[in-house]
Amino acid sequence: MTPLRVLTLLFLLLGVLSASASAIERFPPPEFTQHTLPETAVPVPRAAAWDYIDSVVLLAALAAASYLSLARRSRRGLFVLMLFCLLYFGFWREGCICPIGAVQNVALALFDSGYALPWVALVFFALPLVFSLFFGRSFCGAVCPLGAIQDVVVLRPVSVPRWLQHGLGLLAYVYLGAAVLFAATGSAFIICQYDPFVSFFRLSGSINMLILGACLLLIGMFVARPYCRFLCPYGALLRVVGHLSRWRVTITPTECIQCRLCADSCPFGAIEPATTTQLPAIQASDKKRLGILLALLPVLILGGGFLVSRLSVPFSRMHATVRLAEQVAREQADRTRETTDASDAFRTTGEPLESLYARALAKRRQIGRGAWLLGGFLALVLGCKAIRLAVYRRRSEYQADRGYCLSCGRCYAYCPMDPRNQQAQPIEHGDDT
Amino acid sequence: MSKEKKPFNRRDLLHGGLQGACLLGLGGLSGALLAGGGKAESTVWQIDPYKCVACGNCATYCVLKESAVKCVHAFALCGYCDLCTGYFEPEPAELDTGAENQLCPTGAIQRTYIEDPYYEYTIDEALCIGCGKCVKGCNAFGNGSLFLQVRHDRCLHCNECSIAAACPSQAFRRVPASQPYLLKEADHAG
Ligand code: SF4
Ligand code: SF4
Ligand code: SF4
Ligand code: SF4
Repeated sequence: MTPLRVLTLLFLLLGVLSASASAIERFPPPEFTQHTLPETAVPVPRAAAWDYIDSVVLLAALAAASYLSLARRSRRGLFVLMLFCLLYFGFWREGCICPIGAVQNVALALFDSGYALPWVALVFFALPLVFSLFFGRSFCGAVCPLGAIQDVVVLRPVSVPRWLQHGLGLLAYVYLGAAVLFAATGSAFIICQYDPFVSFFRLSGSINMLILGACLLLIGMFVARPYCRFLCPYGALLRVVGHLSRWRVTITPTECIQCRLCADSCPFGAIEPATTTQLPAIQASDKKRLGILLALLPVLILGGGFLVSRLSVPFSRMHATVRLAEQVAREQADRTRETTDASDAFRTTGEPLESLYARALAKRRQIGRGAWLLGGFLALVLGCKAIRLAVYRRRSEYQADRGYCLSCGRCYAYCPMDPRNQQAQPIEHGDDT
Repeated sequence: MSKEKKPFNRRDLLHGGLQGACLLGLGGLSGALLAGGGKAESTVWQIDPYKCVACGNCATYCVLKESAVKCVHAFALCGYCDLCTGYFEPEPAELDTGAENQLCPTGAIQRTYIEDPYYEYTIDEALCIGCGKCVKGCNAFGNGSLFLQVRHDRCLHCNECSIAAACPSQAFRRVPASQPYLLKEADHAG
């Protein structure tokens, strides 16, 4: 095989000589007379019509969920709608795009003018928020496929102590803040990377995410909807907006007689008992506490910003350019170090080192500024939580907390004042359907 | 939905104000984004073939069991070489279609004789796993007419492509769904 070997060597030489590697006419394409060149096939993406169909289905489902939860007060109806949405948005559309992830697209579009936000992402981001401004979290009740897959496995929910529920609930804001920071700086879409259920919808995906999803579903049998209550970044937004909602889920259709029958009916711990009237002395001390908290808030925000900004170096490593620059710098310092695919690829581009370092530094600065904002935001959330806990709210009836109620409709079956419950239905069994 | 009639108080005012502010904010945000976005068409993921270094991640990082990325061939760029460095092992024992001589681990490239001394190479996409071995070979010593592309009949259009997050050369980018491919062209300077 010597002639072949010589030929191979020749090619090797040729390859080395021609420095830039791509699409070079080393061998002029032949001019065939008889043979016609085949076409390169370009299968088209799914039709743009799906964008319209998805938006219409979302709008219709939100309207139906709001109607069923507030006007019809029908848990059965909500459950059927929820199954439909699980099948449609989850298994049929394979969980992409969803409002939770759309938060990142919106954040990226706000800070990167080079990114044109697809209108369908904006629709998915905004519609559920608008609805929750009027009707409470009807999106979570029956439309969200991630909520639905957790809702169908709720088996024997235990009640989570109030302090734990509120404490863990803060995690969602951390997740939201981090997701916005990394999306806005073009580092990563962490909500998509760590979506626990999308691999179920697609019936494929990385094994780690499958395990994570399975664990959440297992936990979800006993701690109802753990992702929704403690992690979901979009849920955190909906929680805030839900507090402002025009109408809300009311457990009783008429008047609360404070029978306490509904007290434990909510698997998500959203039902707040009626309160007794407050003594004037306590009221006064509450006012003082509120004043102190309000005065402390700016300090808290600055402190939070400072603390989190200490993390800007590790944060910035989420960005590919920063990682690349660090790798290249290490290789420059230690020539024996093995190069990576990324640094090899960088060297073929011929970009000067300084320009890469400058880009990475600019990114790190930007992420550093973002980290200040993130810290301030988290401190603000913490402060608002403290204020909310400090402020006394009078409740003359058992109420679903606007922020935490997911509009699932389970509690409707427990109120003895509802004429539908006064007929034969045994109220102990107001189960899932 | 029933809301008992109460005299208007401070809390209601605050509530209504915040509500209005929220609506206005959402509306303003949407308006600004739509106005700034211009053509806000849906996007899909695609590989810039001039950036791709055929690292092999495309075969393994896709969320699909069998990657949505496949090798495609720009026939107009191909030299129709007998000794195709995208098709053959670096030191093939024989210039024939024996599996042991081929670069492609799944034998997805078909070699057909056209006329002396030209051979045509076509990709059987059902077999291709998008590993980019042939792309590397073709880029190194050939015309670079073999390259990787996201095939949109298979791709799920993830909001963030898992391969894009793992791509060492940042070759992935969002392209408008109406122009979903970045094919190598004969007249590309680069
Ligand atoms: S909290 Fe999040 S995951 Fe749960 S239903 Fe609402 S949007 Fe969906
Ligand atoms: S509708 Fe009732 S049971 Fe369901 S989340 Fe709201 S308060 Fe809880
Ligand atoms: S991950 Fe990037 S560099 Fe590697 S084969 Fe895919 S497109 Fe090419
Ligand atoms: S967008 Fe998703 S399906 Fe398409 S190539 Fe990337 S990971 Fe694979």
